[in-house]
Amino acid sequence: MLNFSDLLPYTDVFLSGLMTTMELTVLTTALGVLVGTTCAAIRQYGNGTSQRTVAAYVELIRNTPFIVQLFFIFFGLPAVGLILTSWQASIIALTINLGAYSTEIIRAGLSNISKGQWEAAKVLGLNFRQTLLRVVFTPAFEKIYPALTSQCIIVMLGSAVLSQISVQDLTYAANLVQSRNFRAFESYVVTALMYLGLAMLMRYVFVLIGKRLFAFREAS
Amino acid sequence: MIEFSNWDILRNLLLAAQWTLLLSIAAFIGGTVVALTLTAMRLTRNVVVMRIVRVYVELFQGTPLLMQMFLCFFGLSMIGYEISAWGAAILSLTLFTSAFLVEIWRGCIDTLPKGQWEASRVLGLNFLQTLRHVILPQATKVAFAPTVGFSVQVVKGTALASVIGFVELTKAGTMLNNATFEPFKVFAFVALIYFALCYPLSLCSKYLEKKYHVAR
Amino acid sequence: MSLVKLDQVHKYYGDFHVLKGIDLNIKVGEVVSIIGKSGSGKSTLLRCINGLEAYQQGGIAVDDKEVTSEDIQVRRLALSVGMIFQSFNLFPHLTVGENIMLAPTIVLKKSKQEAEKTARAMLEKVGLGDKFDRYPEKLSGGQQQRVAIARALAMNPKVLLCDEITSALDPELVGDVLKVLEQLAAEGMTLILVTHEMNFARDVGDRVVFMHQGKVWEEGNSKKLLSEPQTEELKQFIGAVL
Repeated sequence: MLNFSDLLPYTDVFLSGLMTTMELTVLTTALGVLVGTTCAAIRQYGNGTSQRTVAAYVELIRNTPFIVQLFFIFFGLPAVGLILTSWQASIIALTINLGAYSTEIIRAGLSNISKGQWEAAKVLGLNFRQTLLRVVFTPAFEKIYPALTSQCIIVMLGSAVLSQISVQDLTYAANLVQSRNFRAFESYVVTALMYLGLAMLMRYVFVLIGKRLFAFREAS
Repeated sequence: MIEFSNWDILRNLLLAAQWTLLLSIAAFIGGTVVALTLTAMRLTRNVVVMRIVRVYVELFQGTPLLMQMFLCFFGLSMIGYEISAWGAAILSLTLFTSAFLVEIWRGCIDTLPKGQWEASRVLGLNFLQTLRHVILPQATKVAFAPTVGFSVQVVKGTALASVIGFVELTKAGTMLNNATFEPFKVFAFVALIYFALCYPLSLCSKYLEKKYHVAR
Repeated sequence: MSLVKLDQVHKYYGDFHVLKGIDLNIKVGEVVSIIGKSGSGKSTLLRCINGLEAYQQGGIAVDDKEVTSEDIQVRRLALSVGMIFQSFNLFPHLTVGENIMLAPTIVLKKSKQEAEKTARAMLEKVGLGDKFDRYPEKLSGGQQQRVAIARALAMNPKVLLCDEITSALDPELVGDVLKVLEQLAAEGMTLILVTHEMNFARDVGDRVVFMHQGKVWEEGNSKKLLSEPQTEELKQFIGAVL
């Protein structure tokens, strides 16, 4: 028989796990998009070597599982002298992962900007940096905003794996609770729904942010 | 303690990688079958049926694959359905894969211009005839590249089966790590093998995409 | 005898009243040009005649059969009403020949040989006899549109609807398409065209229908109507397009 009331005594455990997952998500979404933006600009406008380096990074990350990346960073790097806490390893792994995916997405946005925009900025006397920041970025991001935000949500869902290196996130909480009260099904259902709620919340927040960022569309 | 040479490590990992491959293929086939059914359901344009598909997609795309695997493995056995790690992995990966494929394919069908449906209609083709002779031949062409692209996600997704104890590539990696205490080397090997499996698929998907765009 | 008959047809898009009581009778063999500004409802009218759009009041009949937008009706209608679109809407994955043969084989259940014979004859008629095995994308816009005409003709329709079929073409390609239409008119095909080609409407068309604000504002013999417009709106319209 299903019995969800057995979960009630563990409300605090769930909530603290939820908070951890949210903290990690907010932090690494910001960092990951930053890394992605930088790498995308390099990939699109950099010189040959830097372009190839970024391409290799992107392909390596996109073609290996996140859990292996995490294990490599958490277990592997200390072997060569870089000792990390599970929290630090998580931040790094998530950032690198989202960074690679967002590089690819943002680059698609940048390559979508017509040459005319660059030329118009040039004849107005803007330099490369000014053109990129003031002219190119906003419409480029607008184009790929849905893809980028979906990827952020996918990475948040992927963070469930962090429980495997003992980060006390939402999945860790689920495992802990079910090991105490032997209510695996109930515990995982509730946790899955909390992730679902989190995903929907993120989508909602991203829409709000998008309205702010791309307000110029509303005006027209 | 037993000494492991590099070759020992690699050989054991490659043996385990066979299971990764098998699991990937099984999940991909399962996912394709389920997604085809769901796509057919969606094409009926029945409001209730479409909503069911929508909820299905939302559920499996909006929750972690790991959680789905836990539910299939620990959850199902708790409520009385005994299932092996292998069965739970295939089941959850199938559901996960189908939820993404059905969305990808929907996109492919929706990108076809409305004029294709209208032209078929005024020529007197019925719904199934339009689908079979006009829509699907074009949509499958468009769908090929993103479908192959998604197969990379399936291969990577199988790594999570290690968490419920199924011995595939990642699990073999953690076991070898415990035996050799050489995590850097072991996980680098593991990553390289995944890369060797996934990168060709990524390249293939990119190639197909280019080919299609040129053909268009 | 009237082939297409519209009786007080009203159509709404939500609150927007697009067609406000259209009456129209079109006889066998007539060539009718519907002109008017964009937004006057002329394309919508055409799409109502073959059931692509539903209408809310009134009645439309083709060949004495009532037109509704229900799927089965539309398909039965397809046997007597052909349609050609502004954007051609050829099937890109099929060759020219296959485009033309598709509906005759699977809707009319003709044999392949028979369908191919018709297809080749129709292609010959539109001046593209050598393009049977080409894919649409290899053809110019004008050629694609002529294939679309051949595709519609292969169903042996009683009336052909043309929705701004030259509007997407480069000016130098328009002539070839119009020539095909002219030939069809001469052979006695009933044509209803939404068009901006005033010269064609005057020289080939029998009748012109000027639509304005969802109504038939003025109609009559094409030469007379275009040279002596009665209403201020039609005068303005002619002044603007010529």
